[in-house]
Amino acid sequence: MIQVQAVQPERTAESSVVFSVRDLNVFYGEFRAVRDASFDINENEITAFIGPSGCGKTTVLRCLNRMNDFIESARVEGKVQYHGVDLYDPQINSNEVRRRIGMVFQKPNPFPKSIFENVAYGAKLSGRFSKTEINEVVENALRQAALWDEVKDRLKASALGLSGGQQQRLCIARCIAVKPDVILMDEPCSALDPIATARIEDLMQEIKKDFSIIIVTHNMQQAARVSDRTAFFTTEINPESDRRTGVLVEIDSTRKIFSMPSDERTELYVTGRFG
Amino acid sequence: MRAVLGGAAMVTVVISALILFVLFRGAIDFFRSIGWDFGILVDDSAAPGWFPRRERFDLLTIVLGSIVMGLLAMIVAVPLGLGTAVYLSEYAPPRVRRIVKPAVEVLAGIPSVIVGYFALKFIAPNIVDPIFSPDQPRNMLVAGMAIGVLVVPIMASICEDALRAVPMSLREASFGVGARKSTTTVRVVLPAAVSGIVAAFIIATSRAIGETMVAAMAGGRDGSGPRVLSPLEPGLTMTAAMTNAAGGTDQVKAGAPFQVLFFVGLLLFVLTMSLNMIADRVVRKYRQKY
Amino acid sequence: MSTVELSPTDLRNREKSRGSLVLGFGLLVAVTFTLLSLFVLLARIFTQAIPAFRERGTDFITDTIGSEPGISGIWPGLFGSFGIGVGVLLLAVPLGLAAAIYLEEYAKPTRFNRFVIVNIRNLAGVPAVIYGVLGLIIFVGWLRPITNGGSVIAAALTLSVLVLPVIIITGMEAIRSVPTGIREAGYGVGATRWEVTRDHVVPYAMPGILTGTVLALSRALGEAAPLIMIGAITGLLPETSLTGKFTAIPMLIYNWSGRPDSAGGAIGWSNSAAAAGLVLLVLVIAFNLTGVLLRQKFEKKRVGT
Repeated sequence: MIQVQAVQPERTAESSVVFSVRDLNVFYGEFRAVRDASFDINENEITAFIGPSGCGKTTVLRCLNRMNDFIESARVEGKVQYHGVDLYDPQINSNEVRRRIGMVFQKPNPFPKSIFENVAYGAKLSGRFSKTEINEVVENALRQAALWDEVKDRLKASALGLSGGQQQRLCIARCIAVKPDVILMDEPCSALDPIATARIEDLMQEIKKDFSIIIVTHNMQQAARVSDRTAFFTTEINPESDRRTGVLVEIDSTRKIFSMPSDERTELYVTGRFG
Repeated sequence: MRAVLGGAAMVTVVISALILFVLFRGAIDFFRSIGWDFGILVDDSAAPGWFPRRERFDLLTIVLGSIVMGLLAMIVAVPLGLGTAVYLSEYAPPRVRRIVKPAVEVLAGIPSVIVGYFALKFIAPNIVDPIFSPDQPRNMLVAGMAIGVLVVPIMASICEDALRAVPMSLREASFGVGARKSTTTVRVVLPAAVSGIVAAFIIATSRAIGETMVAAMAGGRDGSGPRVLSPLEPGLTMTAAMTNAAGGTDQVKAGAPFQVLFFVGLLLFVLTMSLNMIADRVVRKYRQKY
Repeated sequence: MSTVELSPTDLRNREKSRGSLVLGFGLLVAVTFTLLSLFVLLARIFTQAIPAFRERGTDFITDTIGSEPGISGIWPGLFGSFGIGVGVLLLAVPLGLAAAIYLEEYAKPTRFNRFVIVNIRNLAGVPAVIYGVLGLIIFVGWLRPITNGGSVIAAALTLSVLVLPVIIITGMEAIRSVPTGIREAGYGVGATRWEVTRDHVVPYAMPGILTGTVLALSRALGEAAPLIMIGAITGLLPETSLTGKFTAIPMLIYNWSGRPDSAGGAIGWSNSAAAAGLVLLVLVIAFNLTGVLLRQKFEKKRVGT
C-alpha cells in the first residue's frame, strides 16, 4: 500500500484556525471511507474540497458538523477540533454544533412552507429572538443571500414556487439566519445552471467576511474561482479488498494547488489528465 | 386469451353493480313494507330506540352507536397508530424496527372475531370493569377500545408510508440549522406528511365503522335497544343491527324487520365508500407534492 | 467577524428540552401499548386455550360440536373453513390473477379501464358485512339450485368475492414491478403477448402474487360477519357436507365466546372459544409460513441458483 502523507502548508500568521482535524478516519460498517486525513481550516476564508468521486470529500465535510450522526453505520475516529473543542467528545450536543456550523446541501431542499417560514425556521429554534426581531433576522438573511429584492413581495408564498437557483439561495439564507460561524456547502451548484451558479459564487465572496466557508465541488474551475485554499482528495485502492478509500493528498493555497502543487497526483488531476 | 382475462376484470364491475342492485332493491322493499313512512326512521317517542320486531326503526340509535364506537376506536387508534408510525419511521434503530414492524403486521392479521373474544374476556373484565364499573360488562366502551386495537395497524402502516415518503433532504435541512430530532419531527416531517396522516385517519375511521364482529360481540345489544350516548351503556351499531336482522333468533326472512338490513347496508355502503373516496383524493394530493 | 469567543461549555449544553423528552416518552408509550395489546391478546388466547387442549386432547379437533364444552370439538368448523379455503384458492385466486394480468398487461389506459381499477380499490374498502348481504341474496337465494342455500359452497363463493379485490390489487403491484426489459426480451424473439405473460411476466411476479394469495386466504379464513349473514349455523349439528348446513371456525369462536361459563365442568366455553381461536391463528400462521417458503423458492429461481 502506498503511504500518503498529506502535505501541510505553512500557516499564514494573521488567520486563525477554525477547524483542526487530525488523523480522521471514517468507516461505514467494515468499509473505511476516509483514511488518516489531517488538515486545518482558517477563519473567514473559503476552502474548497476537490477530487474524483468517491474520494471522501463529502464524507469529511459531513464530519465537521456531525451530519454523519444520522447514518446508522457511520463511525468516526480521530480528532475534529472546532476552536479547540473536540466535536466528538461525548459531552458535546450535536444540535448546538450544527447551529454554529450550518450546512447547504447538493440539491436545494426548502421546506414545503412559505419563504418567510423557511428562513425563520432555524432562527426561531434558537429562541434568542422576539417576534419583531425575527422579521429583521429574516430580512437581513435574505438580503445577505441576495434574494431579498426578488422575494420581498411574496414572503408568504410557498418556497417550492421559486426557481432552483432561488431555492438554493433561500437555503443559504436559512442557514445564515441562524447566525452560524461556519457554512459547509456540499456541491451547492451541481443542480443549477451557469447563471444561477455565478450568482451563488458572487454571494459566497460577499458573505465570506462574516463566515468561514467550506465548499465541496466537483468543478475545478469553481474551486479555482471562489476559494482561497483548496484541499485535494483522491481514492486509493486497497489491493487486498479491492475497495476504494478516500485520502487527503494535500491542502494549500488555491493558487499553489492549481499552479505548482507539491504532489504529482494533484497535478495530474488539476491538469485534467486524471479523474 | 385477451377476452378471458378481460372477462375476469369485468367480474369486478358486475360485483359492484350487484351490490348496488341488491342493496337498492332491498331498501325499496323495506320502504314498501313500512308504507313509505319515512317518519318511522326518527323515533320521537319518549324512549326512542331500535326495535325492529316492534317495527320501530330509529336510525339515530344505530348511527349514534356506530359513531360513538367509531370515535372511541379512533381515540385508541390515533395515538397508538400514529405514535408507532413516527417511532418506526423517525426513531427506531434498525434492530428494534425489525421486531416492531412484523409485530404490527401480525396484529393486522388477527381475525376480528378473535379481537372480539379479547374484548369480552380481557378488556371488559380486566380494564373497563375495574376502572369504570359499568352496569353491563358488555358496552360501547369495551367494543370501541377493541375496534381501536383492530385499526391500530391500519393507522400505523398508512402513516408510516406517508412519513417515509417525506424526502430525507428535508430532515437534513432541518438538522443542518441545528434543529433537534424532536423539533425536526414535529415541525418538518409531520407537517410534510399531514395529508397522508389525514388519509390514514379517514381510512381507519371507515374500517372502524364497518367493523362488525367486535361490535356485535362486545357492544352489548342483540338486535334491539334504546337510543344511548354514554360509552358505558350497551349500544348497537349499524353493522350489528344488520347481522341481527339476518340471523338473530327468528328465522323468518321476510317483512320490514328483515328488509331493514338492506337499507342499513346501503347507508353503511354509501358512508364507507364516501370516506374511502375522500381518503383517496387526499392521498393523491400528497403524491403530487413531491 | 472577529475570532469567536467560544467557551467549550456552550457546545456541551446537553440539557434536553422538555418538548423532546415529552415526544420521546410519548412515542415509547404508544409503541409499548401497541406491542402490549398484541402480546396480551396472544397470551390470553394461549393461556385460555391450554385447559381445553389438556382436557380434550386431539378430541377437540376431531369431535363434533356438543352441548357442553367438555364434549365439544371443532371438526365441523374445520371442515367448513377448509371448504372456504379451497374455494378461495380454486376460484378467487385464478380469477383475481387473470384480472390483474388483464389490467396490467392488456388494458389500454382508457377512461373505462381507469374506472375498473378505481372500482376495484373501492371494493377493497367495502365492509365485510355488505359482502354478506350480497352472498345472502345471490349465492343463498338466486343460486340455490347450485348451492342448496346457506352451504359451504355459498360461503366459499361469498368469501371469494370478498377477497377478490385484495388478490387483484396485490397481483397488479407484483406484475407492475416486473422490469420492462424482461417483456422486451420476450417480444424480441417473436413471442406473443400471452406467451410473454405466461412464460416471463407471471413467473417473475410469482413472489408478489403468492403474498397476495396468502393475505387473501388468511382474511377469508378469519371472516365471520359474512358467514352470519348467509346463515352459518352457530348451534348444534351442522353437517360435514358441501351442500348442507355448515359452520366454520370463526363462527364457533363467535358463538362460544358469547355463552356463559357454567360452573362445574373442567373447562368452560371461553376455553373452547380460545382453543378454536388458537387453531385459527395456527392455521393463518401456517399459511403465512408456507407463503414465505414458496416465495423464497421462487425468488431463488429468479436469480437462477
